[in-house]
Amino acid sequence: MIETRNLTRKFGDVTAVDDLTLHVNDGEVFGFLGPNGAGKTTTVGMLCCLIAKTSGSARIAGYEVGNKSDSVKIRRLIGFVSDNVGLYDSLTAYENLDYFGKLYKCPEPRRKENIERFLKMLGLWEKKDVPAGTLSKGMKQKVAIARALVHDPEVLFMDEPTANLDPESAKTVREFILQLKQEKKTIFLNTHNLDEAQRICDKIGVLNTRLMALGTPQELEYSVGARKTVILLDEVSDTILNALKRLSPGKVTRDGSTLTIELANPNKENPAIVRAIVGAGGNVQSVSITASSLEDAYLKLVREKQG
Amino acid sequence: MNLDTSLTVAGKELKVIRRKKSIILYIVIVPLLLSFGFSLIVQNDIAPPSGIVSNYQLGLESLTYFFVVLAAVLPASIAAYSIVGEKIEKGLEPLLATPASDGEILLGKSIAAFVPPILTLWAGASIFMVAVDYLTYIELSYNFFPNWTSGIMLLLLAPLAAIFSIECAVIASSRVTDARGANQIASLMFVPFMAIFLAAVEGIFAFDLDNLLIVSGVVLVVDVALLFLSTATFRREEILTKWR
Repeated sequence: MIETRNLTRKFGDVTAVDDLTLHVNDGEVFGFLGPNGAGKTTTVGMLCCLIAKTSGSARIAGYEVGNKSDSVKIRRLIGFVSDNVGLYDSLTAYENLDYFGKLYKCPEPRRKENIERFLKMLGLWEKKDVPAGTLSKGMKQKVAIARALVHDPEVLFMDEPTANLDPESAKTVREFILQLKQEKKTIFLNTHNLDEAQRICDKIGVLNTRLMALGTPQELEYSVGARKTVILLDEVSDTILNALKRLSPGKVTRDGSTLTIELANPNKENPAIVRAIVGAGGNVQSVSITASSLEDAYLKLVREKQG
Repeated sequence: MNLDTSLTVAGKELKVIRRKKSIILYIVIVPLLLSFGFSLIVQNDIAPPSGIVSNYQLGLESLTYFFVVLAAVLPASIAAYSIVGEKIEKGLEPLLATPASDGEILLGKSIAAFVPPILTLWAGASIFMVAVDYLTYIELSYNFFPNWTSGIMLLLLAPLAAIFSIECAVIASSRVTDARGANQIASLMFVPFMAIFLAAVEGIFAFDLDNLLIVSGVVLVVDVALLFLSTATFRREEILTKWR
């Protein structure tokens, strides 16, 4: 659905996006992570035909970004939630949505139906006749999201939709995105929120001018290092530690009655470890596997670039 | 270019204008004040002693021409605000992400900047003409208005002057980065029309049909040129990336 190949954008001597190659499948939620100034907004700007590319290519649903006639077709296919809500304060929530629906040439019955549907889904139907300027920040953001969806776009670009929202509003927006995911909308989500990306996205790209990593959240977590097995025992004796030493599974650290063992493949190695502990007289209460978090992966990737 | 899209943009702009009391007051009060003020001037200062009807005619034509000057003033600030204001309200990005073209957006904004001021201006001019006709009928036993000169001024030159100022304001507002700058530039658009007024007062220019048609023709040519220029110089990317 979305494909970029060596996409680059320079502003004078400054390279905002460098050699970006990625692919987002139909119905996929793609999370774009990166620090401030990493080029996420510029990338979305290019894909939404708002900013010209310097070099490389990008296609959305087969249409070429940058080609004049294709750009109009792309704009019809996409919805865009900018990092600023950009509602017309003197118009009501309903009028804001209706205006954009008309600009997208969405037929009146469908437009009305969609406005009602999305405002109800976002809990704003009661506020439909209220001037947008009087709505709270969270409500405005929800209206901005509904505005991007009023014409039933195939692809939705969202630039930090939960930034600066209170936790409750952010949760509503995230749940709404999950609903859209169930409806198989293709979503390109710029975000700073790692937890949000982990929960919502099928695939994540980490951008810091260049694409640092691309994969599923799990793949990114595993990419930063070994996973750990955490074993809770009644008591950790020297016999148990010696038994583990003989097995030499990986680095073992002890914290009271808890053992943490770094393993390349916990699923494969855990049975032998548990057998060794039990054989040494240990009483195992629980065994769990922990991986490096997405945050670990993200920070490692971003710091690598900075270093 | 899809006129429907432009009318959609114009419809939204008109809704916004309707809810901005300061704009409504501005475009309604100024022509009304002008019409009442001019009517009083006619009544008090240039009521004709018999025999100087030609001076009386020049005075009335000059006052009528002032509505042309006003046509170059009123729409410019609305046009300037409609683009700069869009940027201030951060609405330009979502708008430019729609399939609407730059030309359709600019035409829509221009229609919205044109219609209300020209209507209030015509209303003000009508009040002035009715008042003057009342006075001339009493003093000279004939109605001064309507006549060809005022018809050309109000129905041809005033709309062309309005279009001129709107196009200049559109060009200016897409080049400057703040509302104040756009308003300052927009407020200068009356200068060429004011120059004609002063030339007439000084006796260098006569408000006769030929001269008014020539001026209208020149303004029409300039308007057409500016129409292309305003679309060509609207740089959506510059506006989005440089305006803060």
